Amino acid sequence: MSDITKQSLTELVENIKNKKLSSTDVTKAFIDRSEKSEQLNAYITNDFTSALDNAKKFDQKPNLDLKLPGIPMAVKDLFCTKNIKTTAGSKILNNFVPTYESTVTENIWNEGAILLGKLNCDEFAMGSSNETSFFGNVQSPIDKNLVPGGSSGGSASAVAGQLTPVTIGTDTGGSIRQPASFTGIVGLKPTYGSCSRYGIVAFASSLDQAGPMAQNVKDCALLHEVISSYDPKDSTSIDFKRNHYSKELTNNIKGKKIGIPKEYRVDGMPKEIEDLWQKGIQYIKDCGAETIDISLPNTSYALPTYYIVAPAEASSNLARYDGVKYGFRAKGENLIDMYEKTRSEGFGVEVQRRIMIGTYVLSSGYYDAYYLKAQKVRKLIKNDFDEAYKKVDAILTPSTPSSAFKIGEKTNDPVSMYLNDIFTVPVNLAGLPGISIPAGHDSKGYPLGLQIIGKAFDEQNILNIAYAMEEKINFKNKITDWWIK
Amino acid sequence: MSIDLKTIKHISKLARISVDEQRAEKLAGDLNSIFDFIEKLNELKTDNVEPLTSIAETTLKLRSDEVKSKNIREQIIKNSPQDNEDYFVVPKVIE
Repeated sequence: MSDITKQSLTELVENIKNKKLSSTDVTKAFIDRSEKSEQLNAYITNDFTSALDNAKKFDQKPNLDLKLPGIPMAVKDLFCTKNIKTTAGSKILNNFVPTYESTVTENIWNEGAILLGKLNCDEFAMGSSNETSFFGNVQSPIDKNLVPGGSSGGSASAVAGQLTPVTIGTDTGGSIRQPASFTGIVGLKPTYGSCSRYGIVAFASSLDQAGPMAQNVKDCALLHEVISSYDPKDSTSIDFKRNHYSKELTNNIKGKKIGIPKEYRVDGMPKEIEDLWQKGIQYIKDCGAETIDISLPNTSYALPTYYIVAPAEASSNLARYDGVKYGFRAKGENLIDMYEKTRSEGFGVEVQRRIMIGTYVLSSGYYDAYYLKAQKVRKLIKNDFDEAYKKVDAILTPSTPSSAFKIGEKTNDPVSMYLNDIFTVPVNLAGLPGISIPAGHDSKGYPLGLQIIGKAFDEQNILNIAYAMEEKINFKNKITDWWIK
Repeated sequence: MSIDLKTIKHISKLARISVDEQRAEKLAGDLNSIFDFIEKLNELKTDNVEPLTSIAETTLKLRSDEVKSKNIREQIIKNSPQDNEDYFVVPKVIE
């Protein structure tokens, strides 16, 4: 079967279960395509030899009751994988080989999936274009001059380019949804506490969440069902009853109330985005749901709040990289000199910038003015959503204020790069689930996404809305395989 | 508000990141433009707002205090840049 890599996860699972395909067939096909796709630079580390061995082992004694039977999968290089190098896209972790496995990836392997390799990302997930990675930028399968988005840029590129059937990314301010939107795929950021953070390289602990990225909503639901679990090893993991998201998926959203927040109509937003949003509203109505105008008055304060909270947490989390216990060490004349040189040479420009912001806002004399202030505004932003959810079941917005930009276009202007996450950041601040689905193309033919934001723990509802809309939208990603050797 | 070079030097010392003159100037420029953007928060009155300190509305679960990881000394030391038997080695601290 030559078109194996074109199949969805759901189709692959079915074909393996019906014995039309073996795990070896599928794994070989994705390895072959990944090897021909080096130009995208989607992988940091590949594990193809072991993957093929594991596929053969699976086929010798296949357990077809599993949810991901013998399915090969590459994952973002932010998840610790036992005995496989895990870099977080940073020089400082370039030689780090974890001795333990993240809970989320453990859940995936326990359901029969096979690791293909580790995918490129912005350094410590700090970036919106995958250009801050120590391992170089990633090209978008949409066009070689375009960024795939970030920070889960390698993940987005790998799914859109069919180098892996599905993948997992992490989302602190939009790092799953924005790259999904830029590359024409589906990406879900779950409710805070839904997926364990154990074994994920920490960026901002009150915002970080792992989530699925896939070609379609059903695949996304299936993978979410596998990764979401209560985990005592993460003190912020929440013990709630999780759905069988893929089994309970329905396109019947009749009578649902969907909020349209007027504050997301930002200055300078291209007409194409507004048109897409209007089309989305029409699709919602065509599905038999109702749209209601709502207000989230503090939306414009979300991004400034995020750029205090996230760097503050990052500066604390990244204090552990001191050249002593693991990772890169620079030579120094004494202990302090060794610390300072290790961190100066080991971290890239964007990571240093964020550590500096975080250190400043937490420093003596500035804590109240910045960090405490941001925590208060964060409360107001959460209150906005709580208020809105008294009237509506979910909220529809564009995923990003523009389509994908060119490589190098925003690297010299951090603020303009940050503005890219304007529609995704409020969701992280409020700890809510959000899904981006591909919904159309701009005049240049680049994909555009719509975001559905849900109530906390209401992933099933936003997956259903996404599923219903997906059917109406009937999006076709324009992938020409230009990079295939 | 303006972040000057002296402040940059102070922050870099707190953050344990050595920064040369050229980098310090670039950082000052970047941080000033980022803080200009952050200053927008001052438009909001927040005197009576409770700060949000935990997004997950849950109380920490209690568990019995049991050792779960045993004999992982080797694993802990495995990735160290420099070690000696069971110890991490750092540049000399006491003369």
